[in-house]
Amino acid sequence: MALTVDHVSYVYDPDAPLARMALDDVSLTIPEGQFIGIIGHTGSGKSTLMQHLNGLVRASSGRILFNGQDIDAKDYDKKELRSKVGLVFQYPEHQLFEVDVFSDVCFGPRNLGLDKAEVERRAADALERVGVPRELYTQSPFELSGGQKRRVAIAGVLAMNPEILILDEPTAGLDPKGRREILDQIKELQTRSHMTILLVSHSMEDVAEYVDRIIVMNRGKIIYDDIPRNIFKRYRELEEIGLGAPQVTYIMQTLRKSGLPVSTEATTVQQAADEIMKVLDGVLVC
Amino acid sequence: MLRDITLGQYYQTESVIHRLDPRVKLAGTLLYIISLFLFENILGYVLAALFLALVIGLSHVPFKFMVRGMKAILFLMLITVVFNLFLTPGQELLRLWRLTITREGLHNAVYMALRLSFLIMGSSIMTLTTTPNNLTDGMERGLRPLKIFKVPIHEVAMIMSIALRFIPILLEETDKIMKAQIARGADFESGNLIRRAKAMVPLLVPLFISAFRRANDLAMAMEARCYRGGEGRTKMKPLIYQRRDRLAYLCILLYLGCKMAAGLV
Repeated sequence: MALTVDHVSYVYDPDAPLARMALDDVSLTIPEGQFIGIIGHTGSGKSTLMQHLNGLVRASSGRILFNGQDIDAKDYDKKELRSKVGLVFQYPEHQLFEVDVFSDVCFGPRNLGLDKAEVERRAADALERVGVPRELYTQSPFELSGGQKRRVAIAGVLAMNPEILILDEPTAGLDPKGRREILDQIKELQTRSHMTILLVSHSMEDVAEYVDRIIVMNRGKIIYDDIPRNIFKRYRELEEIGLGAPQVTYIMQTLRKSGLPVSTEATTVQQAADEIMKVLDGVLVC
Repeated sequence: MLRDITLGQYYQTESVIHRLDPRVKLAGTLLYIISLFLFENILGYVLAALFLALVIGLSHVPFKFMVRGMKAILFLMLITVVFNLFLTPGQELLRLWRLTITREGLHNAVYMALRLSFLIMGSSIMTLTTTPNNLTDGMERGLRPLKIFKVPIHEVAMIMSIALRFIPILLEETDKIMKAQIARGADFESGNLIRRAKAMVPLLVPLFISAFRRANDLAMAMEARCYRGGEGRTKMKPLIYQRRDRLAYLCILLYLGCKMAAGLV
């Protein structure tokens, strides 16, 4: 169940005097079960790329293949594709509309033409997977807190049982605790339900701890596509395009420069702490 | 998806017409439209066409954009022309089954089509060369005399400029909501009228909520900056007539004079 992007370009407003390439010859393969972080600052084309993946936007040139089939082919069933490739947009306010949380989550599976029992089973299952407590099911989605709204929005897409879940800035506007909770739950979707996850973000900090692979975008192009550790080695180049590496990278680099022989490969706070302890133990023993 | 809709269709470029005071353009457009309905004869239409061509030339806006405005009223124009063509009594020119085309009908139809296209192009020039904000400013100043009759000019102008400001924002928001719902399997395009109306609910509810939230935020922001209506309020960029504005008024009057003279010949 792989998704392949094959030399895709997208031009905004081809008629405008300043036609802008939102995507410029992008190619990538998304294999099954990976947790991928897509990073780039505003206007780098990351959101546009996401919207290509489930056929909301049509590529100006190039192809997108889902399980080997061209999704822009005339007889391709886009609705089927959208149930397989779930896309959660940044603002939950853009999709919540029903009178209560439960019926809102039912909207997606109901559109797939399933019967009532199956729709409700899937909705309950999705809400449980993202950790929305039962007593909220009958509340209006507009009265929830920011974090809970975001959970309900994710459940609304999860209920369609996608194989690939794409999340656009799922942590924007949340406090650090809410952020961590949401990201933990997303990670769990990958490990437990074996879903492929694409997390779009502009924060290295968010992504570093969770993903298996990072794709860095700048001006419509993919500039790096590698495992986190290798990406953060290029923190100077990342700074040049306004991104930078997680704080631990800087701490480890500074420690090393000041004479503590730590490895700079740690990407999470835990790894960094372990590494420092290990080196310090060594120093103290000597 | 919704990008093609343009309401405040300002075309950004540098020209004399762009720099004119919005009041001149408003008054000029109004006078031009009135002139189209007075003094009908061939010379009069030639004059109107020449004046229009001159202004279009000066405005540096591609002609394509003027025509774009016409598309919206194509249907109305077609009806007008057809009715005039077939339903005007007079000297018979051609008979098709039960429909007759008369000399007077043909005359009326052609004049009507010309008049309507001049009218649309004339007002397009104004909206293409003036930003919506400038336009409301011009209206606010121009309609100030109506204050004597207790017409709330400032409030109306404020409402208009806020509405204009929010059109692109809400359009973009609609586009995003539509995409979010399509991603959840919503279908806005198929089915009969009732089904389609029902399909709009998932679009309209988030849109209304967002519009109310924005309105609330805006009201709060205005209040935080001590907005309390138009009384005693000054402008950062007050409208002041320049030499070119006086010249423009003179040109308009000159055109009106010529048109009147042509009508009397």
